[in-house]
Amino acid sequence: MNPTDLALQLWPAAASATAVETDWLILAFTVLTLLLTVPVFVAITWFAIRYRQGEEADRSHGNVRSVLIEISWMLIPFLLTLIFFVWGARLFFISKQVPGDAMVVEAIGRQWMWKFQHPTGQSEINDLHLPIGQPIKIRMISQDVIHNLYLPALRMQMATLPDRYTELWFKADRTGSYRLYCSEYCGTDHSKMDGTLTLMTQADYAAWLQNAGARQGGQAGAGRAVYESYACGTCHDPGAKVRAPSLAGLYGREVKLADGRIVTADETYLRDKILNPNRQKLAADYKQVMPAFRNVIPNDDLDRLVAYLKSSGATAQQEATP
Amino acid sequence: MNSGSMTSGTITDGPALRDPHTPDSRLGHGADYLHAEHTLRSWFFTTDHKRIALLYLASITAFFVIGAVTAGLVRLALVVPDGQVFTNDTYNKLFTIHGVVMVWFFLIPSIPATFGNFLIPLMIGARDLAFPKLNLASWYVFMTGAIFTLVSVVLGGVDTGWTFYTPLSTAFSNTWVVPALIGVTIVGFSSILTGLNFVVTIHTMRAPGMTWFRLPIFVWTHYATSLIFLLATPVITVALILLIAERAFHIGVFDPAYGGDPVLFQHLFWFYSHPAVYIMVLPGMGVISEIVPAFAQKKLFGYKFVAYAAIGLASVTFFVWGHHMFVNGQSDLASVAFSVLSFAVAVPSAVKVYNWTATIHKGSLKLDTPMLYAMGYIGLFVLGGLTGLYLATLAINQHVHATYFVVAHFHYIMVGGTVLAFLGGLHFWWPKITGRMYSEAWGRISAFLIFIGFNVTFFPQFILGYLGMPRRYHVYPPEFQFLNILSSAGSTILAVGYIFPMVYLVYSIWFGKRAPANPWDARGLEWTVASPPPAHNFLTEPQAPKIPYDYPIQARETGRQHS
Repeated sequence: MNPTDLALQLWPAAASATAVETDWLILAFTVLTLLLTVPVFVAITWFAIRYRQGEEADRSHGNVRSVLIEISWMLIPFLLTLIFFVWGARLFFISKQVPGDAMVVEAIGRQWMWKFQHPTGQSEINDLHLPIGQPIKIRMISQDVIHNLYLPALRMQMATLPDRYTELWFKADRTGSYRLYCSEYCGTDHSKMDGTLTLMTQADYAAWLQNAGARQGGQAGAGRAVYESYACGTCHDPGAKVRAPSLAGLYGREVKLADGRIVTADETYLRDKILNPNRQKLAADYKQVMPAFRNVIPNDDLDRLVAYLKSSGATAQQEATP
Repeated sequence: MNSGSMTSGTITDGPALRDPHTPDSRLGHGADYLHAEHTLRSWFFTTDHKRIALLYLASITAFFVIGAVTAGLVRLALVVPDGQVFTNDTYNKLFTIHGVVMVWFFLIPSIPATFGNFLIPLMIGARDLAFPKLNLASWYVFMTGAIFTLVSVVLGGVDTGWTFYTPLSTAFSNTWVVPALIGVTIVGFSSILTGLNFVVTIHTMRAPGMTWFRLPIFVWTHYATSLIFLLATPVITVALILLIAERAFHIGVFDPAYGGDPVLFQHLFWFYSHPAVYIMVLPGMGVISEIVPAFAQKKLFGYKFVAYAAIGLASVTFFVWGHHMFVNGQSDLASVAFSVLSFAVAVPSAVKVYNWTATIHKGSLKLDTPMLYAMGYIGLFVLGGLTGLYLATLAINQHVHATYFVVAHFHYIMVGGTVLAFLGGLHFWWPKITGRMYSEAWGRISAFLIFIGFNVTFFPQFILGYLGMPRRYHVYPPEFQFLNILSSAGSTILAVGYIFPMVYLVYSIWFGKRAPANPWDARGLEWTVASPPPAHNFLTEPQAPKIPYDYPIQARETGRQHS
């Protein structure tokens, strides 16, 4: 599950040619930086020792051609650094020219989850599976605040804005699991808005697409993200401030309603209670405060949420009882 | 300028005052600004620029403590990767308090409001600032703004980060954003008033003979800073008022839900906040340009270039704000233009660093506490500046934008630059301000501790950033834990380094050795008056020096004329 199990990492994995070139760019820039700064640091230290008050030293000054010195130590470093401006701008422009044959993946950011949709229709939450050796364009938008999709292994990120589409593209060439993040601060659970980017061979990707829709574990896992993104836990988690019925082990149990009926909490019941909580009031003494999610939660998310509630019963119950 | 008690016959011996070893019998203690009056009223309603500087010093020290404690709590939380120490909301509020307090209530006023206030009239040979009452008013405005923000922090907290990005701040944050913003907006007016006062003072209050090219670089950098105060601050004021209006009255400016543009806020915000970096950095450069010649006993190398570089920085800094938005949906062509302009900003900064180094060359060096801070400053500022060029490089920015690389970069500039210059200046002018000497040994120990603690805290963050750890992350992947622990460990050393000066400096006020008028054998008019200075600054008409930095060792610089 973890992209890396290393306790201490000193250089990030690079999964594309652009990422490798970005590394070369920063390494070369660091060499220039050292050339420009080490002499200054050595000089300051050396002068501080050599010319300490009381030390015998030659302090006589000839005529210093200060204008020439000033202009040369202004211009030479500036022109040298401009090499890196040009190199960086070139790489930047390449990263803006999307190839015509790029595969388009849609991304939606919202507090605090990512939703990715593949061109073939499959979608996933927070995790992203993609093939290597194929240009991929991620077209994205935000549902609320500004987010930023950050793929460090590709040395690439782009803001996700609420009012227009933005995009980034890359062509990965190394398989493996890497981190993906939201890098623009977006509120309470900003730091939990991360996931795993899995780069796979084209064949593996095709196989993954086949199986993705059917995998119940994946569905329930994604449902957990939906549960968090709608902040259901604010009221329904054990120990929450607002007192609301616990959802632990609810699925399949019998529920007593206010009108005296006893119903089984099946999928339909869960769906109805989410979409229109006021309809089947519970017999127990709860204040009816839950908002209706009809027209708020998309159907695919609702499916995942119900799948999560179904699967989480047993484990959630264990967590709830101390 | 002539004090009433003086007889006209003694005025001509002004230059004798400039010899530090000749005590002046006329300057007895008791008449100095600290002891002129003792009532609370004489402090809180003073119009003496020196007393107002001390009011500011006390207030910004308090804010520094708040900012430092919250930074410590943030570092504490980041020792573990799974966010077990605080809730996410608490963590977000902590780093917001840290940022808001440190940037708006400590760094921006730090050097100008304290040393600028105290020294500019003394350095140019003036009785006070041009508008003494306005000067006092600006402190009250500052405190009013600060109280708004403190109240909002205590009552509800703010969780938007110090940058207040929309639409998070207008539509999604449930915290006390509006009072916090009102506070920051009010504090902006204090900056504008201080800037106005400095500009008018430097233009109109210079002593006879004090021409522009005889001014210390400290005055030049404060002139440049004041221009930024005057020209940039109104933009952030407008931006924050628009934000308050949108949040309170749903007027659509930034929130797309009301037809606004969220990135517009970032443009307005950084149009001020990038120049604001130079509000924090330029006064620090001024402090270092005073300390280095004094402790090398040598004229500042390339005085005119350094003076022009200050004005150059203050001008070019207005044209680089877009480098904060390379990956925020700004047009690609604009990004390229902002990138190359950002490279150009490095030029005047480099001039200063090379000139300080050249000043030390063949000097006669004393490595006392202020000089240690100045040397530490040069090292950290160079690293901070050059990593700024990395960030200005478009392709690198696409990777490290909004990561810990940025956090490390701006702490090297803000702490490495402004805070070290502030502490260097505090130790340099402490004898002048208080009339007392502090413990030199403790001063050197804390200068070392701060330098080492700072580097252990922030250097690992460059690596964390390049590895891809986003900033403002409470919960982070376990592979980043080692470097985070290292960083937190460094911050404890840094904290000790900060606590020492607070103790031995305060101790020196009562128990320190009395300071002579010029303990460092420094040049500049502020060293010609007693320590602490008389309430009226100059008892005789100050004599402007023929050349600035009139030290025993002078390199003969050719290719330009002295004024």
